[in-house]
Amino acid sequence: MAHQQATRAGKWLVVGPPLLYLVVFFAIPSLIMVLASFRTPGEFGGLAPLVEDGRFDVNLDSYARFFSESIYAEIFLKSVGYALLTTVACLALAYPLASLIAKSPKKYRELLLLLVILPFWSNFLIRVYAWMIILGPNAALARTVNGILGWFGHEPVPLLFSSFAVLVCLVYVHLPFMVLPLYANLEKHDQALLDAAQDLGANAWQRFWRITFPLSLPGVYAGAALVFIPALGIFAIPDILGGPEDSLIGNVIKQQFLETRDWPFGSVLSIVLTVAALVLAGLAAWVARRNLATPSSAREARA
Amino acid sequence: MALLEIQNVTRRFGDFIAVDNVSIGIEAGEFFTLLGPSGCGKTTLLRMIAGFDLPDGGRILLNGEDLAGRPPERRPMRMVFQSYALFPHMTVEGNVAFPLQMAKAPAAEIPAKVAAALEDVRLQGFGKRYPHELSGGQKQRVAIGRALVTHPTVLLLDEPLAALDAKLREEMQIELINLQKEVGITFVYVTHDQTEALALSHRIAVMSKGQVEQVDEPSRIYGFPRTRFVADFIGHCNLLSGPVLANAGGVVTIDAGGLGPVRVAVDSTVGVGRPGTIALRPEKIRIASTAPAGTSDNRYRGTVAELLYMGDVTVYRVETSAGTRIEALLANSQSGRAKFFEVGDPVEVSWPVDAGHFIAE
Repeated sequence: MAHQQATRAGKWLVVGPPLLYLVVFFAIPSLIMVLASFRTPGEFGGLAPLVEDGRFDVNLDSYARFFSESIYAEIFLKSVGYALLTTVACLALAYPLASLIAKSPKKYRELLLLLVILPFWSNFLIRVYAWMIILGPNAALARTVNGILGWFGHEPVPLLFSSFAVLVCLVYVHLPFMVLPLYANLEKHDQALLDAAQDLGANAWQRFWRITFPLSLPGVYAGAALVFIPALGIFAIPDILGGPEDSLIGNVIKQQFLETRDWPFGSVLSIVLTVAALVLAGLAAWVARRNLATPSSAREARA
Repeated sequence: MALLEIQNVTRRFGDFIAVDNVSIGIEAGEFFTLLGPSGCGKTTLLRMIAGFDLPDGGRILLNGEDLAGRPPERRPMRMVFQSYALFPHMTVEGNVAFPLQMAKAPAAEIPAKVAAALEDVRLQGFGKRYPHELSGGQKQRVAIGRALVTHPTVLLLDEPLAALDAKLREEMQIELINLQKEVGITFVYVTHDQTEALALSHRIAVMSKGQVEQVDEPSRIYGFPRTRFVADFIGHCNLLSGPVLANAGGVVTIDAGGLGPVRVAVDSTVGVGRPGTIALRPEKIRIASTAPAGTSDNRYRGTVAELLYMGDVTVYRVETSAGTRIEALLANSQSGRAKFFEVGDPVEVSWPVDAGHFIAE
């Protein structure tokens, strides 16, 4: 009895602090945001008083605005598009990289992984600003590209302050989040399965497509979620590297809170973003579960 | 010419010679075993036959064709891996259908072929299961069914029963023998387990340190080992070594250290003074309080130093007065008496001159 109580107390001691942290810094702010979305913006920013002239000022005005002004849905879709492109580009770049690291001799793997996460050692904004220099009009890259374009009689194009710059930086920033889960997955693959597939007549492409890739899907889904969700809400990169056309949903939300000072509408946009991310992540998880299937569900059934 | 010809094959890993100038011919329809302790090169040789590794020297021919330029996926051979290597994301059917799909078999024919292969390995009704839902023995059968479904010319088996428990292993051995007879495909089997090799094979190649010590039928490998290594590695064996004292009338006498002269029948001539070894199986040695008189048997007095009661048989280690230990095996076939002797009992061991096998060195 006493022992049971002690284990229960121990369990709370372990689970308690992170739970408390999540409640204070995640659940309560989210709730505040939900409540704010039904309020009226204050005259000088913030929120108008809740009770005015003896009645509660609670309304759906901000939601109505989101659904009636198509510009927001367009920006939203554009953001989803950027996030999807980023995810696909990260996957295309990270897969060979993770695979290479997983196949390299054990003594080099840690060094290679360290190189992958090395960018995290310097500040995010500094790394974004570094791209301003790399893509700048006087940098070697822009001069080379425009030199080649000039040969074909094409007008010079700016690399900086463009969708191109935003996408390049989005991919750069999120790449490690795709490499790490993919590596963690690929590293566990059993070479005997590939030997067996080869022995059974599969060529290199068939071995990849029928064995390696399906078995790596959990890593692909994990990486895709880790890239897609933060990329969907990003605002710093379009702010710094994008042109006026590259304003994404994150920028609009930031604008609502810091410039327009329309907290209720900013809250509505944030909620839509959160719900969309949750729905898409849930959808991906559902697809993942259906694909990998039956092994995992059967395992659960037996356990 | 044999179906599968291994000609002077050598494989080095740095300074280490894993396979050293090996030549073997394996006939069509044969159950052939590569037997040896770990590190003897048997698995390296098998992987070279499969094509996962290439010889540094020598050739491997199948039906007279040099396989050197053919990658594993283009060799008409299939391998059964020790770990089974079943694809975890495919059902049993998916696994067995895989080689058919790779061979571009018409989709309409695949289900029937898969069903037939599953029947061959007695797994009807398991097609929809995933590998993790199967027992070790069932996984093993899927691996064999998957390897056989395209009717390869040769089936390569790399210690396929090593992961199974003793009882299941024995069952699978019998199944393997029957299956091989049924499908008539050449089996090349790798194992370090000598009883398994003796039970399964038509012929065995015993390997040590990259070299083939002897290629022969199981009964000849056991009864007439050609080298000291083979005698020692296959089963239990008393090895009595010493220079040849005399050679007359088909009987060689050697000076086996403390035992003194030991006689053994030979069918070849051996020079006096040359070193030799007599290999003597424990079950060929008689053990009694007093050995029967009036024979020309080798006989030595000693005491029981150790005994191992195994149920069906008892193993006695008898220490002779000169300090040599002789292992003798006695079947516990007499009813009512589990053991004949106790540790410390004085006994006499004896064996006829034709019980031992002489190995010249």
